[in-house]
This record gives sequence, C-alpha cells and structure tokens, in this order.
Amino acid sequence: MADTDHDRPLLSVRGLRLGVRAHASGEPPRDVEIVHGVSFDLRKGRVLGLIGESGAGKSTIGLAALAHARGAMRITGGEVLLDGENILALDNAGKRGIRGARVCYVAQSAAAAFNPAFRLGDQVIEATLRHGLATRAEARVRAVGLFRMLGLPAPETFGRRFPHEVSGGQLQRAMTAMALCPRPELIVFDEPTTALDVTTQIGVLAAIKSAIARTGTAAIYISHDLAVVAQIADDIMVLRNGETVEYGPARQIVERPVAAYTRDLVRQHEIRHDEVPDQSGRFFEMTGIFASYGSVPVLSDVSLHLSKGQTLAVVGESGSGKSTLARVATGLLPPRQGTVRLDGADLPPRLNGRSKAHLRRIQMIYQIPDTAMNPRQTVEDIIGRPLTFYHGLRGAQKRARVADLLEQIDLGPAFLDRYPAELSGGQKQRVAIARALAAEPDLLICDEPTSALDPLVAAGILRLFLRLQQERQLSYMFITHDLAIVQAIADSVAVMHRGRLVRFGPRSSALRPPFDAYTDTLLASVPQMRVGWLDAAIARQAAGVASPD
Amino acid sequence: MKALFPIPASAAIGLLGLAVVLVCAMFAPWISPFDPNAVIGDPWGPAQPGHPLGFDNLGRDLLSRLITGARTTVFVALAATVIAFVIGVFLGLTAAILRGLTDAVLSRFNDLLMSIPTLIFALIVLSALPQNLMVLILVMAVLDATRIYRLARALAMDVGAVEFVEAARLRGEGLLWLLGREILPNTMTPLLAEFGLRLAFNVLFISTLSFLGLGIQPPTADWGSMVKENKDGIIFGVSAALVPGAAIALLTVSINLVVDWLLRRTASLRGGRDDG
Repeated sequence: MADTDHDRPLLSVRGLRLGVRAHASGEPPRDVEIVHGVSFDLRKGRVLGLIGESGAGKSTIGLAALAHARGAMRITGGEVLLDGENILALDNAGKRGIRGARVCYVAQSAAAAFNPAFRLGDQVIEATLRHGLATRAEARVRAVGLFRMLGLPAPETFGRRFPHEVSGGQLQRAMTAMALCPRPELIVFDEPTTALDVTTQIGVLAAIKSAIARTGTAAIYISHDLAVVAQIADDIMVLRNGETVEYGPARQIVERPVAAYTRDLVRQHEIRHDEVPDQSGRFFEMTGIFASYGSVPVLSDVSLHLSKGQTLAVVGESGSGKSTLARVATGLLPPRQGTVRLDGADLPPRLNGRSKAHLRRIQMIYQIPDTAMNPRQTVEDIIGRPLTFYHGLRGAQKRARVADLLEQIDLGPAFLDRYPAELSGGQKQRVAIARALAAEPDLLICDEPTSALDPLVAAGILRLFLRLQQERQLSYMFITHDLAIVQAIADSVAVMHRGRLVRFGPRSSALRPPFDAYTDTLLASVPQMRVGWLDAAIARQAAGVASPD
Repeated sequence: MKALFPIPASAAIGLLGLAVVLVCAMFAPWISPFDPNAVIGDPWGPAQPGHPLGFDNLGRDLLSRLITGARTTVFVALAATVIAFVIGVFLGLTAAILRGLTDAVLSRFNDLLMSIPTLIFALIVLSALPQNLMVLILVMAVLDATRIYRLARALAMDVGAVEFVEAARLRGEGLLWLLGREILPNTMTPLLAEFGLRLAFNVLFISTLSFLGLGIQPPTADWGSMVKENKDGIIFGVSAALVPGAAIALLTVSINLVVDWLLRRTASLRGGRDDG
C-alpha cells in the first residue's frame, strides 16, 4: 500500500513516560516509573507489534495512544503526536473527541468488554453515532459490511444477536468491527486472540489482518506471542520492564534478532525431548471412559495408557473434554462407565473411596498457580502439608525437607516464609510443583501448567518438568492446547475433540500424516515463528480444507 | 504478629476506647465511686462536685451506673456475638463444604428460624424461659447465628470453588482441616467486618429487650436500660439519657476502628488487595 504522507508519521510517540504513585504500607508514598521513555513512529496503513512479558508495559503504551492511563497510572512525560498534534496536551473534551473516533481500541477479553444486556449491532455502531460520524442507517450499513468483511455468519442479521449468543471468536471479530466502524486512523489491538483456542485464533488473525489491509488503517498490535505478532506486524518493538529492548522490521526481529532477550524469545520453542521408543508399559491406564455432568455427556469411550517415567500429552481445544479427563483420573468426577488403573490395580472411581496411598500417588498441577495455593499459608505450610499428611514429617525435619524441595525447584530456603502473593507467577508454579513432589507421587496430572505464564518463564517450567522426570521417573499426563509444548516434552499424544479421542499414539506417529480432519486443522493452526506463515496457512485452507472457525 | 505494627492513629483511638470500656467492665466494683443502686441525690439532679455526670431518674449516681453498666452490656453483647459466630460460622462452613443433604437440612432450618421476626421470636422465647443472663445470651446468640450462617455459607461457597480447596480435597483432607485451615482464613476479612457490626447491633438489641422488660432486669445497670429509664428526662432538657447513649456510640466506634485496622492487616496478605 502506498504511503500518502511520507513526511509525517500518523502517530509519533516521543520519550513516553508513565508512572504510578505507590503506597507501600508503613512508608511514605513514592513515585514509581513504569514506562521509561519509549519512542516510535507509525505511518498510515502500517502495523506496529508490541511484544513483551506481563509487566513490560505493552498495554500501558498502547493505551497512551488514546491519551489514557489505566487505574492510578499517570503519563509523566513525553509526547504522543497524532497527525502532528500532541493529544496528551488536549483537555478532556478533546481527548474524548479522539477516542472511539480517530483512535479505537480492541480489548483482550471481548466477552468482558461487551455489555451483555444490549444487542451486538447497537454496541458496534454506538461510538460512531456518539461522535456523529454517520446517521444510524449509514452506520448500520457500514456495520453489516464490516461483519461480512470479517467473515461473520449471516452478516445481515448478526447485529441482532446478544453477546452470549455468539462464540468467543465471533465476539472478538465483532469487537474489531466496532473499532473499524468509525473509520479510525489508528486501532490499538490489545492481545485480541490470547483468550482464544488456536483453531479459533487463526481465523480471527486472518480476519484482522485482511481488515487492516483493506481499510488502510494503522494499527498497534499488542501480544506476548512473537509468532502471532510476526504474522501481522510490519515493525516489531520488543519491550521489557518498560524499556525498548529492540525495535525493527518484523522480518529482522524474527530472523536476525540482535538483543539477547529477543533471541531467547525466538528460541523459546527449542526445548527438545527425545521420545522414548518403548511405550508399551501400562503404568497408568484409562479404559472405555464415559463421563457426564448431570445429563450432559462430556466424554465418550476414551481409552489411553501411559508408561512409567513417560509423558502423555492430551491436546484439544476448550470444551473438548481434556480437563474432564483429568477430573476422572483424580476421582473428582466418577465415570459413568470405564476403569482407571494405576500400577496394575483398579482405582476406586470416587475420591471418597480412594485411600491415602492412592491419593498420594496421583498429584495435580493447576493452570493458575494463584488460585491453586491458599493465599493465607506460607510456602513452608503449603509444601509442608503433604509431608505431614502423607509422611508424618514434623518440626525441624519437615522444614529441612521443604528447604530441600525448594532447592530442587531452583528456589532457595529464603522462600520458606513467603506468602504466595509475594511470589511471581513462575515462582508460584514452581511452589505448586514442589507441593506435588512433596507427596512423592508416581503420576502428575498437569492441567495447562504453563499457559498462564510468560513464554520464557513457561520454558523454564517445562525444563524443570523434564529434569524432574529424569531424576524421579515421574509419569506426566500433560493437558495442553499448545502443540509446541507437545513437541517439546511428550512421548505419546492423545488428541481430544468433542469428548472423543480422535488420535492416540507415540508422538512421532500421532503427529505424522495422514491425519484426520481435526488433527490436521489443529496442527495447521499453531502459529509458527516465521513471517508469512499466516498467509500460507490461509492460502492452504482456501485451497480445500474446511475453515476452522 | 509483627505485621500488626506500627498501629495507625485510628486504630490507636479504637484500642484506647475499647481499653477504657474493658477496664470499666472488669474493675467496676473498685472504680465506681458510689453504689450504683443507692439513691443518693435528687431525681435528675444536675452535675455537682463528686457527681460529674449528675443523677438519674431515681437520684442514683449516673457515673457509677455507667461504669457498672459497662460490665453487663459488654459481657452480654460480647458473649452473645462470640457464641453466634462460633455456631454460625461452623455450621455455615460445614454446609458449604459437605453440600447435598447436610446443606439442605441446615439451610432450610435456618430459613425457618429467620422467617420469624427476631424481636417477636426473642420475646416469646424469653417470656417462656427462666429469666437469667445465660438464657438471654443464648437466645441472642442463636438468633444472630442465623444471619452469620448465611454469610459464612455464601463466603465459603465462593472460596470452596477455588482450586486450592480442590487440591486439599484431592490430598484427602478431612472436614476440619478444610474448614479451619483452607476456608476459614480466607473468609476472615468479611467475617471480621460482620463481627464489628453484629457486636454493635447486639448492644442495641439488649437495650431493646431491656426496654421491653425482657432483657436485663432492674435494678441491674446496663446502658440500654439506662437510656430507657432516663428517656423522659429529654423532654425536660435533662441529658441523662444521652450519657449511656454516648457510651454505646463510643464502644461501637472503637470496635469498628479496631476491626477496620485488622481488616487492612489481613487483607494485605492477598496480592493486589492491599489498600494500605
């Protein structure tokens, strides 16, 4: 696309600084700077990707393009020039005139951003009407056009639906339509596909990409996933702790990263685990499992098995029944039919029927470590409880063992007296792993243990899992939607789709063609760390395979 | 408990107020300058040297009655509230953890008790039972426990849905551990807030019952009945009724200041909830 105005960028951010006044208890309030002087230019029709882990300041910088600072944050320095005008200097009325008209925002969770009490169509055109940019009839026509462009079903009538009547992917597209409706000069996308399944994500990504290209609007695209940003952005800025680590064209960042941190980000998928050749052991086995919540069937006829010291990855999108499988294995949800066996003996189907010895041998690791640990207990209490409960350790003996476990998860005894709130996300997940290890289990059931973590932290946790497996002959049932993780750690793979097992076997054969239709879609939907992957994937889909969303 | 220091000014005021009331309650016979039940002055006589607050409707020394009344009021209100919390929280958490039949039975029985207006229920029960302090405290506690049961159960339902409780269940923990170690500490914040409120309500409730003649029996001094006895004085411009009223206010405000401070301390353990 041609640049019409070569001299002046549409958006020019100069030395942007944001800070927050911290009120630590017992200390006088002090100002903490969150973003330390970030600068970039964005031309018409171009897309800038902002990438970094949580706390890097990506969203904060994105919102500054709307002259907005979230919560207690304040913009403390720098300029945000929109078409040459410093929008930070405008009064509130002036800022309102820009927001939702010239600059629009697409939030991460569309489900939370739409008002459930109003129809989608009315919400999509609301900002356009408020700013008087079109009459209601014109805006409606425009919205229908956008619905069509974004590939929403029945575009003529889509606007009459309520938010709860459409899927998550469709809601995210509707939000993009909302942002496009006033024909803004700039759209800020704040992690628009992070909450979606991979198979849904690819459709939304494609829709956003083509909409940006066809409307010629400029965009800031925020994500923690470099592979996603690389598909959409022309330029990428890598952020860390509120500072620019690296800023350059997307291709250069992905293919020839300069900064060490960027190189780590690009390399994060490079954990390798060689598949164990002999997978005939049946240390853990689920046979002919049928399960339901009330009268709603969730699992039908699922059979799988796992050898000692190996990893079984269970993959599938949300609603496919993978977490239910874990609940059946732990006894939280007794199956309606089928058996669960561990080490050659049947496990009682109900939690109440299982003995302490049964319970000790299967431990669970949760997706969100914050909720998996009691916020009122110290790390010592959290890790020490299974030691007392299963092994009768008390006092100094227990404390020594907890310190020992902390060493094994690469945290030191300094963490003994901390509360979970005083730990980072990765540290919390490590403590959760130590709690599971304290029981001296044989099987760990891990329910998406890394998906709530930043990529580099997640990679560290995966390495820890692999190391512990080698040291202790642990078996893992690893539930995930991320095929990169499967490649990194699994020996065998089970693919779930709508409560059924569509594929099961050693990783090398399960993830090799010929595929069933679902596994094929799933594999093709995983973003790859190279520029142009999305275009190729779309072209491939257009050539024959059914649309995934 | 190192986290409790330094004490902010508001909490210090609350602690001071509570200390004054408690000292009065504990050492009333020694502190009180006159016999609280002896008529030694004119009805509603004004303040004079030795009698800084003047006299009540019968001519008894108001200061002595106030000091002695603290004993009854604080003891009854505190005992009733504590017992109510023990019953309400224990049953509420049990119902939330066990669910099913236990929950249904406990909750419907609770609804049954709550469906009868509190005051009427108390009046009927108290007029049927022997009138002594223990019965009064228990009746107040049971009536209050219904409200606390509801609150505790609702809170525990929320907390019980969080994964660390599931993790404890998976570990094989019993009811008492789940109740006392996993759920109770995480419901403390709202429960403490409710405790402050309930204690204040109970001070007022005793007053109501005493006013109707079913609470604390004359001539025993208590703040509620002192308001009742002296209320007619207000018409003649005698402020005797306001003095025990002010004492009730002091106690209530002090309790709430202390509770607020405790809430802030316990809330700060949770990430992101620190308002300090």
